[in-house]
Amino acid sequence: MNETVRFLLGLLVMAGVTYLIRMLPMVLVKKKITNTFVRSFLYYIPYAVLAVMTVPAIFMSTKYSLISGIAGFTVALVLSYFKKGLLPVAASACATVLAVELILKAIPT
Amino acid sequence: MEQNNFFAGIKDGFPVCLGYLSVSFAFGITAVGMGLDIWQAVLISMLNVTSAGQVAGLPILAYGGSFIELASTQLVINSRYALMSISLSQKMGKNVSFLDRFLISFVNTDEVFAIATSKPMNVGKRYMYGLTLTPFLGWSFGTFLGALAGNILPPIIIAALDIAIFGMFIAIIVPKAREEKPVLLCVLLAITLSCIFEFVPALNNLFANFSGFVVIICAVVASLIFAIVAPLPPETSGEVSEK
Repeated sequence: MNETVRFLLGLLVMAGVTYLIRMLPMVLVKKKITNTFVRSFLYYIPYAVLAVMTVPAIFMSTKYSLISGIAGFTVALVLSYFKKGLLPVAASACATVLAVELILKAIPT
Repeated sequence: MEQNNFFAGIKDGFPVCLGYLSVSFAFGITAVGMGLDIWQAVLISMLNVTSAGQVAGLPILAYGGSFIELASTQLVINSRYALMSISLSQKMGKNVSFLDRFLISFVNTDEVFAIATSKPMNVGKRYMYGLTLTPFLGWSFGTFLGALAGNILPPIIIAALDIAIFGMFIAIIVPKAREEKPVLLCVLLAITLSCIFEFVPALNNLFANFSGFVVIICAVVASLIFAIVAPLPPETSGEVSEK
């Protein structure tokens, strides 16, 4: 299969599933979900998903060294603990990684 | 009483649009970093309009994972939207037709849902079209800018920007985990499982080409356990927010 065709088919599957999840309940269901177990499960899912995608992948996101990944992770953790918001946290993590990478490059091995 | 002013919707959606610019910028960079073209990154954003689902689907799309893996990953990660659509459905006034629902649900993101349901009155179709328009444009345009930046910036800058999307995820999780202990414990359990899959060689080899399934297994197991041991109180509306 041609790579572009494969990509487009995959994208169609991905977007189709996402759309159906959003569309069907809005079009078909008119009554509220009251089941506590279902509501609780759906409450935890986003946080669990984001956590699984972040750790340990964040430590491998920095191509050149593990140290810069750990530094960026730590900075993000501390700043978000103090509720600094999405953009400041992400920007600080990037700046930290860049700074550490530059320092490591400057040190002769 | 019903809120059905298009420009009121635009006004409420604009802060979301600005927030989306930065998140989708990070997504665009990540996407071209995995070898996708700019148009591919933008098309993913225009057709999906969801952060976590897109980030999870990205490696499967870019590295040629199976369609079943792709579909089941999206099903699990985006399952919360079903709840939001049901909830939002009851907030929408009588003038929101069948056809309108097909269009509005396409952009029912965490933030759009949060704003629409926070209104004290019902919402009409004009308001909803206004509310969804700028976030959709911000999400698509931000992806384009990120993908463009990913193609022209020097490698050391790109490498540093790769951490951005994870920084945003941390900024979503940590404030919530700080306030609510069950969320903290659920997240720690999910991370532990995720690390087991990564660092136990037998498991890592087994799931080497199935990153999406690992996300599903870890997140579902952790969320199931905490839905049992720490269920929500019955009276809350069960709203969930991604950020």
